[in-house]
Amino acid sequence: MSDEKRVGIVLVSHSAEVATSVAELAKGLAGGATAVPVAAAGGTEGGGLGTSAELISAAAASVDRGVGVAVLTDLGSAVLTVKALLAEGDELPDGARLVDAPFVEGAVAAVVTAATGADLDAVEAAAAEAYSYRKV
Amino acid sequence: MLDADFFRRWMTATAASVDREAERLTALDSAIGDADHGSNMQRGFTAVLASLEEEAPATPGAVLVLAGRRLISTVGGAAGPLYGTLLRKAGKALGDATEVSEKQLAEALRAGVDGVMALGGAAPGDKTMIDSLVPAVDALGEGFAAARSAAEQGAEATIPLLARKGRASYLGERSIGHQDPGATSSALLIAGLEEAASGASGE
Repeated sequence: MSDEKRVGIVLVSHSAEVATSVAELAKGLAGGATAVPVAAAGGTEGGGLGTSAELISAAAASVDRGVGVAVLTDLGSAVLTVKALLAEGDELPDGARLVDAPFVEGAVAAVVTAATGADLDAVEAAAAEAYSYRKV
Repeated sequence: MLDADFFRRWMTATAASVDREAERLTALDSAIGDADHGSNMQRGFTAVLASLEEEAPATPGAVLVLAGRRLISTVGGAAGPLYGTLLRKAGKALGDATEVSEKQLAEALRAGVDGVMALGGAAPGDKTMIDSLVPAVDALGEGFAAARSAAEQGAEATIPLLARKGRASYLGERSIGHQDPGATSSALLIAGLEEAASGASGE
């Protein structure tokens, strides 16, 4: 079980702190989930608010175990940059996919699901399903 | 016919006008956006010029594909993937030809603009760069000067529009009365074509 390859998760936010904190939150709520490779790509390379294609590419490469990478984003340029990188063809690992999900809830669902050894389709479905959880 | 040098001059002219207008772009963006459009575009086009210098792409298509890639990776805002897609798609449409006609350029830019609309989901009238680019491409058949005025008029015509895409759309009716920064920088890009063409005859 421990040597089973897990789907990688990349969390892209306009803010480095948001991306890093959501990664920690998701891993924490997944009971440690140490086997799941999770990487944060937040803010610009200079540490400001924004989106960095370089940080996203590096994060995706770092969590790629060959069984797919789920990329979750916050909004605006984060979404557009990931889409543009996917269109490039060689900027993100094979099997990388933009997952349409709420950022925090989707990240938790994705990491918890990936920890079970689920495949990319199942991780994507779990993250997307987070949209259907109503709070009121 | 337009060769790789023409396309390099186009990028150089655009970088210079983005530098010149950076404060204005950021001022427009602070009214309805997050006040970074000028500096983001400056960073992007500075990186484009450095890459063109370093890699010296030999064909018009290669110049635009490289410029597009650099914009995607360096701008840091939504303008990066949007302008990056515009130039990259246009560059791919030009293929490996060492020289292209103005008609081929117009068709390639049309493909680029379609790519931008597909990526961002914006249509004409949404108060975005599309409102400058679509009329510019429509006018390209009449020459670069006509394209430039169409782009500038398109940018000015965004003033009374309600923003329907991006950060400005959160403002709703408060976005009315401001010129869209993306449409404004798009007009600078299109104006660069005319400058690039005059550079060829003057040198």
